[in-house]
Amino acid sequence: MGLALLVIIWLITFFSTYFFVAQTWWLPHGAAKAAEFIDHQFALTYVLMGIVFVAAQGALGWLAWKYRDDGSSRKVEYSHGNTKLELIWTTLTAVLFVGLNLMGSHVWASERFEPAAAGSVPVEVTGMQFAWYFRYPGPDGKYGRTEAKLMDPSAGNDAAIGLDTTDPAAKDDVVTGTMYPPVKREVDITLRAVDVIHSFFVPSFRFKQDAVPGLAIHMHFTPTEIGEYEIPCAELCGLGHYKMHGMLHVVSQEDFDKWLAAREAEKQ
Amino acid sequence: MVAQDAHAHAGPQGFIRKYVFSLDHKVIGLQYYFLALAAVFVGMFLSLLMRIHMIWPTAILPLVGEIRPETYLQLLTMHGTIMVFFVLTTAPQSGFGNYFLPIQIGAPDMAFPVLNMLSFWTTFVAFVVMLAAFFAVGGAPLHGWTGYAPLSALTNSGPGEQLGADLWITSIAIFCIASLMGALNFITTVLDLRAKGMTMMRMPLTCWAWLITAILGLLAFGVLLSAGILLLLDRNLGTSFYVPLVVVNGQVMGHKGGSPLLWQHLFWFFGHPEVYIAILPGMGVASQLLSTFARKPIFGYKAMVYAIMAIGILGFVVWGHHMFMSGMSPYSAFAFSIMTMAIGVPSAIKTFNWLGTLYKAKIRFQTPMLYAIGFVSLFVSGGLSGPFLAQPVLDIPLHDTAFVVGHFHLIMGVAAIFGMFAGTYYWFPKMFGRMMNESLGRIHFVFTLIGTYCIFMPMHYLGMAGQPRRYSQFTEVAYLQHLMPLNRFITYAAFVTIAAQVIFVINLFWSMFKGPKASDNPWESTTLEWTTATPPPHDNFAGHTPVVYHGPYEYSVPGAAKDYVMQTDPAGVTAH
Ligand code: HEM
Ligand SMILES: [Cu+2]
Ligand SMILES: [Cu+2]
Repeated sequence: MGLALLVIIWLITFFSTYFFVAQTWWLPHGAAKAAEFIDHQFALTYVLMGIVFVAAQGALGWLAWKYRDDGSSRKVEYSHGNTKLELIWTTLTAVLFVGLNLMGSHVWASERFEPAAAGSVPVEVTGMQFAWYFRYPGPDGKYGRTEAKLMDPSAGNDAAIGLDTTDPAAKDDVVTGTMYPPVKREVDITLRAVDVIHSFFVPSFRFKQDAVPGLAIHMHFTPTEIGEYEIPCAELCGLGHYKMHGMLHVVSQEDFDKWLAAREAEKQ
Repeated sequence: MVAQDAHAHAGPQGFIRKYVFSLDHKVIGLQYYFLALAAVFVGMFLSLLMRIHMIWPTAILPLVGEIRPETYLQLLTMHGTIMVFFVLTTAPQSGFGNYFLPIQIGAPDMAFPVLNMLSFWTTFVAFVVMLAAFFAVGGAPLHGWTGYAPLSALTNSGPGEQLGADLWITSIAIFCIASLMGALNFITTVLDLRAKGMTMMRMPLTCWAWLITAILGLLAFGVLLSAGILLLLDRNLGTSFYVPLVVVNGQVMGHKGGSPLLWQHLFWFFGHPEVYIAILPGMGVASQLLSTFARKPIFGYKAMVYAIMAIGILGFVVWGHHMFMSGMSPYSAFAFSIMTMAIGVPSAIKTFNWLGTLYKAKIRFQTPMLYAIGFVSLFVSGGLSGPFLAQPVLDIPLHDTAFVVGHFHLIMGVAAIFGMFAGTYYWFPKMFGRMMNESLGRIHFVFTLIGTYCIFMPMHYLGMAGQPRRYSQFTEVAYLQHLMPLNRFITYAAFVTIAAQVIFVINLFWSMFKGPKASDNPWESTTLEWTTATPPPHDNFAGHTPVVYHGPYEYSVPGAAKDYVMQTDPAGVTAH
């Protein structure tokens, strides 16, 4: 049975590691500025943890086989442990874990402690059962007022988020069901939710943030590649959670300007 | 002799007092155990339905009918809740703990037998109320086992969020009360009822684990209880603890000014210690068994005790790692993530010491030991994905994906279940006076170990590829399509693994009646439960009070007559 254990544990270790190393299933291609660093930190963590994983499982299988009771008269080593060894591995793990953590922290800081840079594109993102709406403030740079009692999800867009059309600042607001950010510009998003918690998740951007009723959460990201990206909702929000799905079309600056101008024209 | 005989009291007569409303900790332990066994089968059945729906969303199942997206979420909620509360909190602590803690420390019973009986029957009521949620109008709630507000705090946020959700919260509140009673009992018993010579540092590591778990329970369940009561108030009396101004499907709700994050803080203040409540007893069992079957003292007994304590303390300051993406202040993420990495250290110490125990040992591979080794393997695998999730930047892509599901199932779900299997195979002879079948045990082990890895390891790949959790089907997201083969593989693996559990059930019930008679100490273990009769008499030691002379793991002591020295053996172990 010692040998069987060795074989089973080693096989499990081999297959588990193989699919990580072969990257058969992996993070989707990164298409935003943060992706490079996050992927790097991910790879680093994964190499270190991978080594520990293989070493620990390997040792477990080997010890089980090597020190099986084979009926011989071999003596068991009578020992209650070894304080020096104990201290060594405690220190090593502490250094490894805390060190890894500190290495990752500056990206977190730059993404979350500092507001978006001047000149970024403001977009307000609103989650509701079971759709995302995106609002651009228009030429005046100001979001118009929204009112809870005006919200009518079945009517979509402006009405869904309860835009108060009597507010002058609301006149030029553009509300859409698909997000169009220009490439290589920082997007300054304000995240809201009207009913329950949702989560704005863009796997390709390595971006995720919950949208919480009652809070307006400010975040920013910079798409780096033109293309279409999916936004699956990542916080359980009710029966339609699995189909709460938005799209992000990252376009060139010209296309963005054209698109926005066309939406503004429609409003007049 | 006379004085000791006075201690011996006759057991109760009559079926009801003996088996139903029993005050005997051993009977109560078994009652908990069988409650958890029933619960784990319900929970497992629900998970099978979930996995089926994930890959065949439109299938019409015999007896069950069609599983709709909301049905999926209801199964999910009940699966998670039943598993966490009625399996993981119930069997390892209240089941095995009740049965063996008093015997291992040389006590005739728990400190408060009536309280003990009450806490079991309260747990039982909680379970019935939980199951009743299935039959409520609208069905069981769909808000997940974490019950995030406002989803859980509004009655019109989805099917099952009416009466079903109220029953769900009520059941959890009742469960909290039961756990508080149990925790008090455990703590008092350990502190006051240890036999002569049983110093704290001579207690088996199982007892340490049960003690620290009870302390965690005492501190954590009180918070959950209060949080649950506030949730009931929000739902039924229109208060606004957790709900700000919200509009559900165009309808403006009457709430104002509440904080959805408050629920998360309270819930996870309970929730994180809860994962240790689930796993610590398993760690205790693994330590006890590795030493016993390796015929070698546990490596670093003191370090193991300090590690359990450190985990217990740190376990209360890491709850924010569940909330990195919640909108909580990003500054606090730093503190929570450093603390989380820190808690990895005592966990790593335990793993090293388990491996150290096997070094230069002489391992006997009976079924309990197989499960103990499986526990270590799963603990390593589940533990190493922790440092990914503990780093806020890496949690960005991984949070709320299948990666997390893989992580917590390995370390909290399956590892804890392995601890229970190990405990069952190990203590079965003492509890029922018969041996379980070894061959069936081995087959069951091989299927279960390989099976669980096949189910939960691939979930890490799915999560990295961005598959969100709590999705009832993957038809609506384009990039999830290429993951379907892996999802199918997991479902097939779940079929096989769940089917293999039949082997365990057969072994359990067949051996109970037909297994070969067990001797008093079939594994040649050293702790006190193996010094008394099999099964133990009503007062555990038949009127005699044990006296303890050694630590719990004196195996292969040089110069000793046998390769183990009982804790009650006055003959010398010179070093300790
Ligand atoms: C038979 C083996 C099991 C299988 C196949 C299984 C499968 C699943 C699946 C498919 C999910 C849903 C994932 C999602 O959609 O997010 C889930 C969730 C969960 N499972 Fe299991 N599970 C098993 C055993 C366990 C055990 C032993 C536990 C005990 C801890 C457990 C605890 C949970 C919890 C807490 C959740 C989260 C529920 C929620 O998201 O609210 N499971 N499981
Ligand atoms: Cu959602
Ligand atoms: Cu936690």
